[in-house]
Amino acid sequence: MEQVIGNISVLAAMPIFNLGLLIDGLLVGSIFALAAYGLALVWGVMSVKNLAQGDFIMIGGYITWNLGRLGIDPLLGVPVAMVVLWGIGWVLYRTVISKVITRDLFTSLLATFGIAIVIQQGLNLAFGPDTQSAHANLPTLSFAGGLITIAATRIVGFALAILLAIAVILFMKKSRMGQAIRATAQDSRAARVLGIDTEKVYSFTFCLNAAICGAAGALVAVVWNVQPFLGTTYSIRLFVIVTAAGFGNLPGVIAAGFGMGVFEQFGGFVLGAQFQQALIVLLLLAVLAVRQLQQLRVRQAVQ
Amino acid sequence: MSRAPVHPLTIGLLLLAGAAAPLLFPAYTNQVAVLWLMIVFASTWDILGGQMGYNSLGNIFFFGAGMYTSAVVQIGLYYDVGMYTSGARTTHIVFTTAQYFTGFALGTIAAGVVAALFAVVTSWIVFGLRGPYFAIGTLGVAVAAAELISSWEWLGAAAGISMPVFPGAPETQKLFFYFLLFGLAFAVLGFLRWLYSTNFGLAINAIRDDEEKAEAMGLYTRRYKRTAWTIAAFFLGIAGAIFGNMTGFIEPRDIAFPTTTFNIFMILMVLLGGKGTFWGPVVGAVVFQVIKEVTWTYFLGWQFVALGLLIVIIVVYFQQGIVGWLMEKYPERFGIRIAPKERQESSRAIGLAPHPEGAE
Repeated sequence: MEQVIGNISVLAAMPIFNLGLLIDGLLVGSIFALAAYGLALVWGVMSVKNLAQGDFIMIGGYITWNLGRLGIDPLLGVPVAMVVLWGIGWVLYRTVISKVITRDLFTSLLATFGIAIVIQQGLNLAFGPDTQSAHANLPTLSFAGGLITIAATRIVGFALAILLAIAVILFMKKSRMGQAIRATAQDSRAARVLGIDTEKVYSFTFCLNAAICGAAGALVAVVWNVQPFLGTTYSIRLFVIVTAAGFGNLPGVIAAGFGMGVFEQFGGFVLGAQFQQALIVLLLLAVLAVRQLQQLRVRQAVQ
Repeated sequence: MSRAPVHPLTIGLLLLAGAAAPLLFPAYTNQVAVLWLMIVFASTWDILGGQMGYNSLGNIFFFGAGMYTSAVVQIGLYYDVGMYTSGARTTHIVFTTAQYFTGFALGTIAAGVVAALFAVVTSWIVFGLRGPYFAIGTLGVAVAAAELISSWEWLGAAAGISMPVFPGAPETQKLFFYFLLFGLAFAVLGFLRWLYSTNFGLAINAIRDDEEKAEAMGLYTRRYKRTAWTIAAFFLGIAGAIFGNMTGFIEPRDIAFPTTTFNIFMILMVLLGGKGTFWGPVVGAVVFQVIKEVTWTYFLGWQFVALGLLIVIIVVYFQQGIVGWLMEKYPERFGIRIAPKERQESSRAIGLAPHPEGAE
């Protein structure tokens, strides 16, 4: 408790620290926003809540880490991870997801939870339970007389995440497939009537989401670290982001992603790193409680 | 699920089998004891998941809460908990026989009560949530509890607590806990049989079938949901207290709140046996536990991969479960009369769980 108060007074006494944490949070948050966008996409288009989202990210991270071990620049891991996860996403869609889309929501939740367990344990068997990190040879920049230090990898990661997000958004807005995806999300039956092959749209959406996760995972491995069981934490984080923003609300998802990054940086600094996971889960409960209060108001309005 | 009373012979045979098992197969007493625990898990999960249609991913929270409550009561009655959890690893603390059993009895009762209280409190958070939000919210409660206890020094943090040692021979200890779990499983089954035959059972079935309509018919759904959740929590809390004493060592992530083992086993067993049926969870628990005990050691580290695959396969291809499948195949055996052909088709199309009210 004293330590917490001490940390808060440090923040109050040295405003420049706040700036450092804020920048770090925004840089990390860009990756959250990217992966949360993928989750919201699948959620909105096929109403499948993918509990294996965080584990897809971990696969992407491990691909990048392995490339790094082979002496290949980890930033090249981004396209490789995207391609590999596209393939994994396609296989999973064919074998599992396509069979649970029409069933009730808990079915898809449980099926993806099963996939998450398989991925976690598979990664654990293949690479061991240690925390790994891919090293890109980039310097650490310092500003304001060394009070703010920013690793250049984070800036590169941020730039890549933003570029990817813009590419995906443009794709969704302009391309024919993107339009088909949006039409299916609005009303899948009407889309089918108008000649859109919704089966193909679902498959494409799931693969696209997996590829986005792969890219996010590659960035996570570079700017942070990967570990087989961290996937669950990422899944919960992404759920918090999407639930807080509402899945149809794209700017909201991106803003909430940045918010999550900033919140975690400050929370981790004030409370200590060991509370980070508990903090994320408590945030989830808080978001759900707030949502419920909102719904309560709606119900009363109807009465 | 027929609402007719169970044949006394069935009850007698089950009681006999349960009581005779540790005498016939003394080497497997612990495994069979865990089987009874699994039956408690599956049956209590089915109150919400099967009968009420609220699929929880966090029922394990009450198991762990009960476990830690009993530990605090058992230790706190005679020693300072903070001292015990920090000093237990260096000094040996002895509980006398009287102290042990008083503590254990009070701890178990307290575990059930505290778990039920937690259920009432958490119901304010989770029951406004529907469908997947409910599942994720409950999972969040369980994970949050594990994380908080992992960093709570007073409760031994991640290193856990060594429970008071059972005063008696290891064989006596095994039998003692075996019969406790056996008794608990029977109490749970008997209670649920009675519960499902009352209006309460009909009410939670109505919530499963259509919550809005149930509410419109004048059912105060929130109260029913809270009560069902509290009942499940009470029994899980007691199960947690007994299991914590049986293993002799408790720890937050893998024993008290194991979200990826016991927690997921519950759901898997119910789905395997048949959701929303009385015997389904029991059958599922027996089949699952037997398969697990027989094959687990042959997987050589691949157990959890196999578990994940099993979840996916059951969920995707065999969701009606064993009892559900039998009901579909031999409906007359379950007291369901089917008159015209179209009826059966339509009831099949509507959902997995057969509705006796409609068929009778």
